[in-house]
Amino acid sequence: MSSRFRNSFVAIALLALVCGCDRDRQEPRGKPLGETVPMAAAPDTIFPGGGRPAPLDARAAAYEGNAYAIAQGQQLFTWMNCVGCHSHGGGGMGPALMDGKWRYGGRIDQIVASIANGQPNGMPSWRGKLTSQQIWQLAAYVRTLSGQARKDSVGARAETMSNSPPQTQTIRKPVKPADSAQQ
Amino acid sequence: MRRILAGIVAIVALAVIVAAVLGAARPRHDALATTDYGSQSPAKAVPAADASPPDDGNWTMPGKDYASTRFSALSQVNRGNVGKLQVAFTVSTGTTEGFEAPPLVVHNTMYIVTPWPNTVFALDLTKPGAPAKWVYRPNTAAAAKGVACCGPVNRGAVYADGKLFLNLLDGHAVALDANSGTELWRTQVADIQKGETITMAPLVAAGKVLVGNSGGEMGVRGRLTALDEGSGKIAWIGYTTGPDKDVLIGPDYKPPYPKDAGKDLGVTTWPPEMWKIGGGSVWGWLSYDPKLKLVYYGTSNPGPWNSQQRPGDNKFTAGVFARDIDTGKVRWFYQSTPHDLYDHDDINEIVLADVPGPNGQRIPAMLRPSRNGFFYVQDRRTGRVLSATPYSYINVYKGVDLKTGQLVRVPGMEPQQGRVLRNICPASPGAKDWNPSAFSPVTGLVYIPHINLCQDMGISNANYIAGTPFVGADVKMYAGPGANRGVFTAWDPIARRKVFEIKEDLPLWSPALATGGGLVFYGTMDGWFKAIDARTGKLLWQFKTASGIIGQPISYRGPDGRQYIAVPSGVGGWAGAIVTADLDPDDPTAALGFVNAVKDLKKRVAAGGVVYVFALPK
Repeated sequence: MSSRFRNSFVAIALLALVCGCDRDRQEPRGKPLGETVPMAAAPDTIFPGGGRPAPLDARAAAYEGNAYAIAQGQQLFTWMNCVGCHSHGGGGMGPALMDGKWRYGGRIDQIVASIANGQPNGMPSWRGKLTSQQIWQLAAYVRTLSGQARKDSVGARAETMSNSPPQTQTIRKPVKPADSAQQ
Repeated sequence: MRRILAGIVAIVALAVIVAAVLGAARPRHDALATTDYGSQSPAKAVPAADASPPDDGNWTMPGKDYASTRFSALSQVNRGNVGKLQVAFTVSTGTTEGFEAPPLVVHNTMYIVTPWPNTVFALDLTKPGAPAKWVYRPNTAAAAKGVACCGPVNRGAVYADGKLFLNLLDGHAVALDANSGTELWRTQVADIQKGETITMAPLVAAGKVLVGNSGGEMGVRGRLTALDEGSGKIAWIGYTTGPDKDVLIGPDYKPPYPKDAGKDLGVTTWPPEMWKIGGGSVWGWLSYDPKLKLVYYGTSNPGPWNSQQRPGDNKFTAGVFARDIDTGKVRWFYQSTPHDLYDHDDINEIVLADVPGPNGQRIPAMLRPSRNGFFYVQDRRTGRVLSATPYSYINVYKGVDLKTGQLVRVPGMEPQQGRVLRNICPASPGAKDWNPSAFSPVTGLVYIPHINLCQDMGISNANYIAGTPFVGADVKMYAGPGANRGVFTAWDPIARRKVFEIKEDLPLWSPALATGGGLVFYGTMDGWFKAIDARTGKLLWQFKTASGIIGQPISYRGPDGRQYIAVPSGVGGWAGAIVTADLDPDDPTAALGFVNAVKDLKKRVAAGGVVYVFALPK
């Protein structure tokens, strides 16, 4: 085996390792993030004087597309009865979460705000019932329902009983912004 | 002898003249309304006389009368001229949720109740275009929509004694002055924080307003509350589950079968404490027999849908109660579906009719096209089942044992955790859901608008969290045998057979109306309002309304003496949620699995909220 080949093999293995780790990176000893729910910019909002929506919450990076967070969120989605209203993304008592249309914003921090605060047409407020971390995990899972997360971070097996397609086959639906705050 | 003969002739002549004078003085509708429909054929069912008074041309409650016949004796529109029926006027309600409530007509005023936010319009029918006399806006809580399992619908108001009674989605019963729209009282009878809403129409009788709660999918504890008609104060509460003192079971309780006898069955037929969150809500239809002073109604499915979490008969869910209206005490209870496995509520309409008995006598009975697919004829004095016959395709039940009253299941069709059970017929909405049948005393037939759906079902552990769904099931529905999702069946309750059936492509979610003109009306989810021949089922007239029809059609006599037919158009409810809530057909389990059965609906119909009123040309 030539050394060049060995080198490129090592390089590829290293690259795979780095990418592979990234998708379910956990930082148990990292700098703790603030345990508060973000004040995400409301969707469909006018910023008088031509202001801009708040930037994406810094914590989003730790949850968005993170396999561990998504897997935890998926369990919570059933355990906390989210599934009873939103089904497996198609909706029911609550709106669909897989169609890219967002009444109250489809950015992960906006979804976190909706889960924590509730919304006026029947969405319950989970603040104080779930930890902030759990709420972020749920939001990370909710983002996968419309295919927003990387395919290597979602579960390849459908959790549902009635042959819904698995997450890896969910087609990405562009989040339809009510305004620029949702991008 | 001759003198006697002359006397007799004179008396007869006098009688004839008196009869002629009386007959001429009577308004023409009475002639029809007092017809003894039963005398035409002794083998027919006839409406319970005390619960079904002669038609006065009004429509004061959703079921038309206490017997829930949904029959109008008006006959101006008939098989010969119905083809000429045309729009008289229309009213927009400004709502786009499922529109189930029938308009009411009393003293030349039409009352329309909308789905959430439960606005009431009172329209003056004596003026052109029916302008509003008053509009009532109750400010119903928007959060209630989040705990209404199957659309924020309302099934109608009731007019009685100058007052209008209705229920608000957020758990309040209200009484309005029918003349002014002023709110007379408002009583909270359900709590949205526990997942309770009210979608049913109240029943008003014997000075009581009877109101039930919805939330069989939210782990509520079902109950019927009786309010004082004048003050709105709670007179009694009869729970569906719990100890006998809560269910109001006492010495008067006479169970029709030994299986329904015992102490505190509302506790002992459940795992510990599960009766407190066991459903059995009261969201459907009530009937009332003024002679027996009994109110009849069915209870919803037990919760959660995952039946392995609640071994036992789960009393007193998925069955029929007969309660004394003054005290609420239970007279009898019959459990149609013990330990329900598939969400087969028993809340459907109960038609009070007298049926021919074996020795030529008339048996006071009730006719019930049930959600589990059987058409029950029961003695309404005792609850004993006289017959129970499938009126739709069933593969999970074999039949009903008339000796024990027990529903007999097909083995192997019990859902189990961790696996998917396929081809369950009928599906969760049953052979027929909430939308009531009509009963025509002219033909003696029950006209059943219903559905033909089967489903796959997988169950999993459900956690109880107050104010959230308590279901534990993934469901995927699809068309049953024949691929038609809806069926309209004319059923002979005595011969126990269908007389005709009409296959409809979409699930039928609209109630039916039968009239003295030999007609039956119903609507489809894509908006066609149809009139058929009550004897043959032949389509005689149809009109395409703006949205889909899931609401109760009615017939009334207008101030000009003409017969009018009115129907709400506004798709929605469980079956139409895909349209009103913009659900995503890519998820077959959406709306508790109903979305998979109506994937095409968004293309075929849009939401709306309009009342159409039809009449013959002048």
